[in-house]
Amino acid sequence: MWVYEKKLEYPVKIKKANPKLAKYIITQYGGPDGELAASLRYLSQRFSMVTPQARATLNDIGTEELAHLEIIGTMVRQLVEGASIDEIKAADLGAYYSDHDKAIYPVNASGVPFTAAYVQSKGDPITDLHEDMAADGTIA
Amino acid sequence: MMMNKHLLLKRILELDFVAVDLQLYLNTHPGDKEALYKFNLTVTQAQMLRQEYEKMCGPLCSYRSPSGYPWQWINNPWPWDYQFNYKLTGKEL
Repeated sequence: MWVYEKKLEYPVKIKKANPKLAKYIITQYGGPDGELAASLRYLSQRFSMVTPQARATLNDIGTEELAHLEIIGTMVRQLVEGASIDEIKAADLGAYYSDHDKAIYPVNASGVPFTAAYVQSKGDPITDLHEDMAADGTIA
Repeated sequence: MMMNKHLLLKRILELDFVAVDLQLYLNTHPGDKEALYKFNLTVTQAQMLRQEYEKMCGPLCSYRSPSGYPWQWINNPWPWDYQFNYKLTGKEL
């Protein structure tokens, strides 16, 4: 189970709105190699993982990715919160705004909603660990 | 010495950052005595600061922390709010 702690893993304090940046960053929230995909990937794979080291690691990094998800959501929210409609349109976020206002919704950079097809969980430890390297090897 | 809320939060975040990384390292190096010693020290220090933080700012954990009256958990700001977080030393965006 999980216990929520009322703090971020790393602080986010963005005063000036920047919806253009938000459009790029949001893929780290709901995109193919984003934090939501990462947390679901690890937390699902752990059930069939075999060694004590690997089971603990998947459990703990899956948990940490949820903390990262919260950091990214906070960044996107603070980047769009004070933006005007014109700024949002200029950042090519007009279509996003018509569906989600300034709310946080898991999409990739081009607005495609999150899908579980981004992750794999195959029951074979070597296969799963290779998938983890492909997905998370360049973006922690 | 009483620290202010943001300084206290910063110290807790720093210690937790160390604890998380040591924990992940220990998962694959369970026999490393030096890392284990550092981990236990870090966790103990963070626990002390958590108690201090909760006395000043209210509960940190949803149902692991006691609350004053009235129920303090719902109080703003929340971690995703600008005001909740402290300024970083670099340039603020």
